[in-house]
Amino acid sequence: MSFNRIYGLFLRHFFLIKSSLPRILDLIYWPTIQIILWGFISLFFSTYSNYYNNTLGVILTCAILYDFLFRSSISFNMLFLEEIWSRNFTNLFIAPMRISEIIISLVVTALIRTLIGLVPAILITSPLFGISILNLGIPLFFLFLSLYIFGITLGLFVSSGLLRYGPAFENIAWSSLFLLAPLGCIYYPIEILPDILQTMAKALPLVYIFEEARSILVNQYVDYTNIKNAFVLNIFYLFIGIVLFYYSFKQARKKGSLINIGE
Amino acid sequence: MQYPIVVKNLSKNYSNKAAVKNINFKINKNEILGLLGPNGCGKTTTIAMMLGLLKPTNGIVLIDGEDIEKKRIQLLHKMNFISPYIELPKKLTVKENLIVYGKLYGVKKVLLRIDYLSEKLRLTEFLDKKTGELSSGQKNRVSLAKALINDPKILFLDEPTASLDPETGDFVRTFIEKLSKEREMSILLASHNMDEVKRLCKNVLMMKDGLLIDQGTPNELIKKHGKINLEEVFLKLNRTSNEF
Ligand SMILES: Nc1ncnc2c1ncn2[C@@H]1O[C@H](COP(=O)(O)OP(=O)(O)OP(=O)(O)O)[C@@H](O)[C@H]1O
Ligand SMILES: [Mg+2]
Repeated sequence: MSFNRIYGLFLRHFFLIKSSLPRILDLIYWPTIQIILWGFISLFFSTYSNYYNNTLGVILTCAILYDFLFRSSISFNMLFLEEIWSRNFTNLFIAPMRISEIIISLVVTALIRTLIGLVPAILITSPLFGISILNLGIPLFFLFLSLYIFGITLGLFVSSGLLRYGPAFENIAWSSLFLLAPLGCIYYPIEILPDILQTMAKALPLVYIFEEARSILVNQYVDYTNIKNAFVLNIFYLFIGIVLFYYSFKQARKKGSLINIGE
Repeated sequence: MQYPIVVKNLSKNYSNKAAVKNINFKINKNEILGLLGPNGCGKTTTIAMMLGLLKPTNGIVLIDGEDIEKKRIQLLHKMNFISPYIELPKKLTVKENLIVYGKLYGVKKVLLRIDYLSEKLRLTEFLDKKTGELSSGQKNRVSLAKALINDPKILFLDEPTASLDPETGDFVRTFIEKLSKEREMSILLASHNMDEVKRLCKNVLMMKDGLLIDQGTPNELIKKHGKINLEEVFLKLNRTSNEF
């Protein structure tokens, strides 16, 4: 046993973490956000233990919907990260590809990648728990579409960061979704949040999407204003995401990150 | 006559460093121009600006008379690039990788093109192997095939023979030489291999600290500096300060 070797390997990782703000934030972030999310969930269920007459159905359906969002966003980012990891990144940017073509091709590929993961999950909930997400009916399509657009938007935000700051930004990819989890009001109504968080939550499309899903499951009532609100917000954020992506590409061309993107 | 490549007053400043300082040169049809200089002198930076990967701080790169900053996508169709620092996805087979790039470059009959290139580059037996499982010399030839997939008129080679054994290195050099003649290409070759540069290049640029410090045919440079070969010229130009 050599203390020096053990210490040496420790230093290899310590130097990396110390020089990377995203990596430090990442370490702090996860425990905090987990506590917050589960705090609100517990608070809700201990206060309103019989709010839902079909708790299992509501929770599972919302979990699947949330996972769809999570997967679409991660898929989008993974496609980008794969290019960086395989050192193929520069090859792509010297091919005659427009940024719009890159975005569209990632959007389509991410959808297919997401569905490959999600369809089996949907199929097993029915025999396992007697729950089918299809109970949501026609609006389900709009909910999925809305979540997908938001997932892609988050993907664009994170990919812009990757383009500009390199793969250290990756951690933020995963974190951004969990930050949204408490604010998205996935498992509980928005009223459970403190006032400031309610205001923030209302600026995101997620609240409307999950509110709608619960409203359909609990009250058998479809409220298209929720769906409309979600779409309006979605378009707004998608627009910002696209602009940001173009901007990051411009910045990357100035800073040289398209040539030597690495750790 | 119009030169396929014209570089005018090209400069690049990174936030803390001037990497390329006001350089000028032209490359003709059928010409392989050598770009020599020590590590960090700005060769890759220059090539990156010519490929539209990097925005120049100053100056202009004209490809067939058009500004790469303005017509990037259109011009990239007739260009390509090899560097040992970029790779193709390892989990894809050689053929899959070449198909992907064939599509990205809008090559018409991709499979025919792949057959043609793999025969020329002795890749046929590797086509169905995973790219990551090839030796570095084999990968290097795959990169060359990828770089030729669009039959480019303009080719940038950043240390194209860096990891090759002498025989494969010679094969690649002969290949590049023939290619530039047959396809009327304009090639910029950045290399640390002086013999390679002497053999392939009619003209050579010498860079140092971002500046173009000398240029000419290899023989002119050798004569002018009173040395016996290009390697000695390189050493003379880059070791002046700490010669003993
Ligand atoms: N993205 C970047 N940000 C800041 N400085 C950079 C960046 N890329 C390169 N440089 C600096 O610019 C200078 C030129 O680098 P470049 O890669 O062009 O050298 P080179 O001639 O290709 O060297 P080599 O022979 O080692 O490949 C170097 O000092 C390098 O540190
Ligand atoms: Mg270089």
